[in-house]
Amino acid sequence: MKKYFANIIEVIKSFLKEVGEISYFAGRFFKEFLFPPYEFKEFLRQCYYIGNRSLFLVGVTGFIIGLVFTLQSRPTLQEFGAVSWMASMVSVSIIREIGPIITALICAGRIGSGIGAELGSMKVTEQIDAMEVSGTNPFKYLVITRILATTLMLPLLVIFGDVLAIYGSYLVENIKDNVSFQLYFNQVFNILEYSDVVPATLKTFFFGFAIGLIGCYKGYNCKKGTAGVGKAANAAVVYTSMLLFIIDFIAVFITNIFYKM
Amino acid sequence: MTNDSSKAPIIVIKDLHKTFGTNKVLDGFNLVLNEGENLVVMGKSGSGKSVMIKCLIGLETPDSGTISVMNKEINTLEQVAIDELRTEIGFLFQGSALYDSMSVRENLEFPLRRHTKKFGKIKDTTPLVIEALESVGLANAINLMPNELSGGMKRRIALARTLILKPKIILYDEPTTGLDPITSKEIILLMKSIQEKYNTSSIIITHDVDCAKAIANRMILLIDGINYIEGTFEELNASNDPKVQAFFK
Repeated sequence: MKKYFANIIEVIKSFLKEVGEISYFAGRFFKEFLFPPYEFKEFLRQCYYIGNRSLFLVGVTGFIIGLVFTLQSRPTLQEFGAVSWMASMVSVSIIREIGPIITALICAGRIGSGIGAELGSMKVTEQIDAMEVSGTNPFKYLVITRILATTLMLPLLVIFGDVLAIYGSYLVENIKDNVSFQLYFNQVFNILEYSDVVPATLKTFFFGFAIGLIGCYKGYNCKKGTAGVGKAANAAVVYTSMLLFIIDFIAVFITNIFYKM
Repeated sequence: MTNDSSKAPIIVIKDLHKTFGTNKVLDGFNLVLNEGENLVVMGKSGSGKSVMIKCLIGLETPDSGTISVMNKEINTLEQVAIDELRTEIGFLFQGSALYDSMSVRENLEFPLRRHTKKFGKIKDTTPLVIEALESVGLANAINLMPNELSGGMKRRIALARTLILKPKIILYDEPTTGLDPITSKEIILLMKSIQEKYNTSSIIITHDVDCAKAIANRMILLIDGINYIEGTFEELNASNDPKVQAFFK
């Protein structure tokens, strides 16, 4: 029993230590990103890689989610004679919650793990040390550029995914009920309010920040050896996914206070 | 023991201590590197050789002790001054540490474009890149990616990246580890020719006795965190101390 409690205390201790280290890493980001030199070229390169690499996956996933969501909801709405509410229901669900969280989870898997593995491998092969010897601040060059790029690219990817999801939903409605493009999207824009779009978009910046931060933290602090690289990539995905849901909960909680939904 | 004091010391380490957790790695290590000298530091794996040269270039911070490079104390320097000093110190990493995402040309251009204080803003880096690649005999590899290079080629390119800044001091961390005997000999010959051509002073971390024999003007054995014994290869080889003999058997 004593050993059991000791183990629990050890787990809590290491969890708190990890939280402290991540907070310190985030603090260092805010401290360093404001001051020159700015790695603008590398930042643009990362924006291109992060955006471009995930575009297809986010697009396809969004489109399929729109299709499936509509197909699954149709029988229930039909039962209540409420199929005409499909566009409104789908758009609000996608914009407020499904689009941001699904896109963020996909990006956590694709971008977060990629960053974790890339920086982890650079760490264990001493490339980060070599960069420092070459007169470059590796934190600025590798970490700040990646965190900023994910923070700015994720909202764009979410918007792209949302649009394709709603388009996928429209296709189902068009095939099943011959609903016109104009009618469907009129309904979408009529139902959506600022309180749906603004908080949902704002939280995606935090999602992007979390993906970049955890990926960089895990990679940058990777322990020696190739096994460490795999662990860094894996931990980046696990930690980010957990953090995304926590951020999502906080964002919804704050939104509800402001908009009194 | 031998220490050619007729030449000015370029690196002086005094009473260096470094501990990781409960593991005392360096426990009062001392070293003097004179101008134009090749100093080999030998020791078992995990004895703190790499930690010592990383302290030397500011990649690790020692717990105590002083490190003076070209009469500048590393511990007291601001980051800008450390970066400036690093242009005079080349570092060949154990695993070459070439940037995977960059071509050979970009790998060599990277330090050139970063250390702008020494070279200014260079518009055309090609002549300097080619010169450095020619000095390691790999001018034709300029457009290759690191994953297209063999272990020996990577080591040479890493050496070219070090040379492009025209450093006064070169630190070699296990330059022949992981290479076959023929490639190891080629790297050793290359190190000798570089020293003759550029008149560099070098610290070579190794446990390769052949490498030490071929290149050392002087040697230090790092045992239990201290410089256990110092001398020429011949002097150390002739020692009756069992700890010393263990390296030469």
